[in-house]
Amino acid sequence: MKKNQSWIDQRFPLSKVWNEHLAEYYTPRNFNFWYFFGGLAILMLGMQLLTGIFLTMHYKPDSAQAFASVEYIMRDVEWGWLMRYLHSTGASAFFVVIYLHMYRALLYGSYKGPRELLWILGMVLYIALMAEAFFGYVLPWGQMSFWGAQVIISLFGSVPVIGPDLLVWLLGDYAVGDAALNRFFSLHVIALPLILVVLVFLHLVALHHVGSNNPDGIEIKENKDKDGIPKDGIPFHPYFTIKDSMVVVGFLWILCAVIFYAPALNGYFLEHANFVEANPLKTPEHIAPLWYLTPFYSVLRAIPPLFGSQFPGVLAMGAALLIFFALPWLDRSPVKSIRYRSPIYKWALGAFVISFIMLGWLGVQPVTPLNALLARIFTALYFAFFILMPWYTSIGKTKEVPTRVTE
Amino acid sequence: MRAIILLVFAASLTMASFNASAASKARLDHADTDIMDTVSLQNGAKLFMNYCSGCHAISFMRYNRIGKDLGLSDDLVKKNLMFAGNKTGEAITTSMPEDAAASWFGGVPPDLSLVARSKGTDWIYTYLRSFYDDESRAFGVNNTVLVNASMPDALWSLREAQSEAEFDNSVRDITNFLDYVGEPAKLIRLRLGKWVLLFLGVLFVLTYLLKKEYWKDVKYGIWRSRD
Repeated sequence: MKKNQSWIDQRFPLSKVWNEHLAEYYTPRNFNFWYFFGGLAILMLGMQLLTGIFLTMHYKPDSAQAFASVEYIMRDVEWGWLMRYLHSTGASAFFVVIYLHMYRALLYGSYKGPRELLWILGMVLYIALMAEAFFGYVLPWGQMSFWGAQVIISLFGSVPVIGPDLLVWLLGDYAVGDAALNRFFSLHVIALPLILVVLVFLHLVALHHVGSNNPDGIEIKENKDKDGIPKDGIPFHPYFTIKDSMVVVGFLWILCAVIFYAPALNGYFLEHANFVEANPLKTPEHIAPLWYLTPFYSVLRAIPPLFGSQFPGVLAMGAALLIFFALPWLDRSPVKSIRYRSPIYKWALGAFVISFIMLGWLGVQPVTPLNALLARIFTALYFAFFILMPWYTSIGKTKEVPTRVTE
Repeated sequence: MRAIILLVFAASLTMASFNASAASKARLDHADTDIMDTVSLQNGAKLFMNYCSGCHAISFMRYNRIGKDLGLSDDLVKKNLMFAGNKTGEAITTSMPEDAAASWFGGVPPDLSLVARSKGTDWIYTYLRSFYDDESRAFGVNNTVLVNASMPDALWSLREAQSEAEFDNSVRDITNFLDYVGEPAKLIRLRLGKWVLLFLGVLFVLTYLLKKEYWKDVKYGIWRSRD
């Protein structure tokens, strides 16, 4: 064994990588519930890739056959239904995990220096994941696939001057149809998965370079023993590999409970209207994207058209996403963790979470005058969280941060 | 921190209740079907093939899959359920020509493979029981759930022959059958689900104990002396 290992080590840095990233990678020992989700996100990526391989074997990216091929997978392919549900319910589960993972960063200030690039890589990942999910949702070619694609793609048509040409270039046709389905399939199974895997790798490289933040928001590397090991750190392997195995099994229990007993989750994970084949001549009375995209869809709808153009709404939607990138520089607080922040930050974060959830809820509802008003109020609150951040993070009394992690 | 969690929880609760009220447009009766009730599925299959399949296809479904799932031999399927096809492995289509259908009904009757998934069982159950006399319509009937439906009251002879409770049960069986047709895998996943959850539950306890054992070192600060 030892002999084999040194033979490999002379040719490939196996032991070095193993030690640097697992056995001698020191992780804060005070990780709590909120630190489950990074590992689970990797699990979900793996599961989506694996089930996606099997679905691709049977799916037909052809507007005349796509819908029937999905039903063929659900009925005639051995265990096809399980692969499909793992993939479709898995997509929603992936976003649940990602949103909790991002919320953790907001709770404990994980985006603050020296983790700005880690945060930015994560945000790029999030946007790539939304694109991946959008293209994936078009593939079953149901009514919501088709009309959802129609709505999202038409946003590009609202770009001044080049809009109409841009639209034709993106679709490869004058309308959403077979050409669009084919290229969306290509992007969904090749381009975006590659980008996601590379970005996850970079995200992990950045993480292991700066080290993990923790619920106390203190740098464990500033407090090392005589051997140069952080006093509050424990090796990732075996402690967190074992703990994360437990978390993975617990998470799979919840995921399987949904997959086996409510895979469509009453229309939230698979919309009812998507069980009707796409029909370009019949507009559904109510078009809504899946829940994980609806907060941004609400922002889009909240902004009234200007000179008959939807473009201001599109800009607002883009801004709602891109403003996350500025977070490390908007936050002026001397402390990272919510445990030591001033009460005003806690109120701001609470208001932000509520407006995000309300925007998400409004996004699946039909537009009524009341809903439109609510969407505008919560859009304003959403942006206020970021725009006012330099102000409210620099006032208010913060608590004293301990030098060592607390239990 | 607690306050934030509470607020989020409260917000999600109001969301859930809003959604429940927004979902029901026309008042629908609860279908109360049970897909694990094989007798009901068999009766539903028989009624569907006799009263509905003349016009409506369920083309994502195959005859022998129904036989297999509902415990019927190929012979029984051929004798009782197969009126159009001639091989049990075939998909269940209708023999009605499309152009004739268009001139009789003003449109081709929809394929019902996925109707339970797009409309829901409550909708089917209520719709089939909501026909009323209306001389202004071509077939002399109208429907309270789907106003100006172009479908005739196909179950009228059944309604005449049965008591109200019996008829409700017949419609419930047809609805149950369509729920099964919408997702045959539902039979598999409901049977399998509890074993999967039991397995993962046991595995969780084991991984929890393993974690507890390893983390003792961290608790007592002795992990460094391990190696």
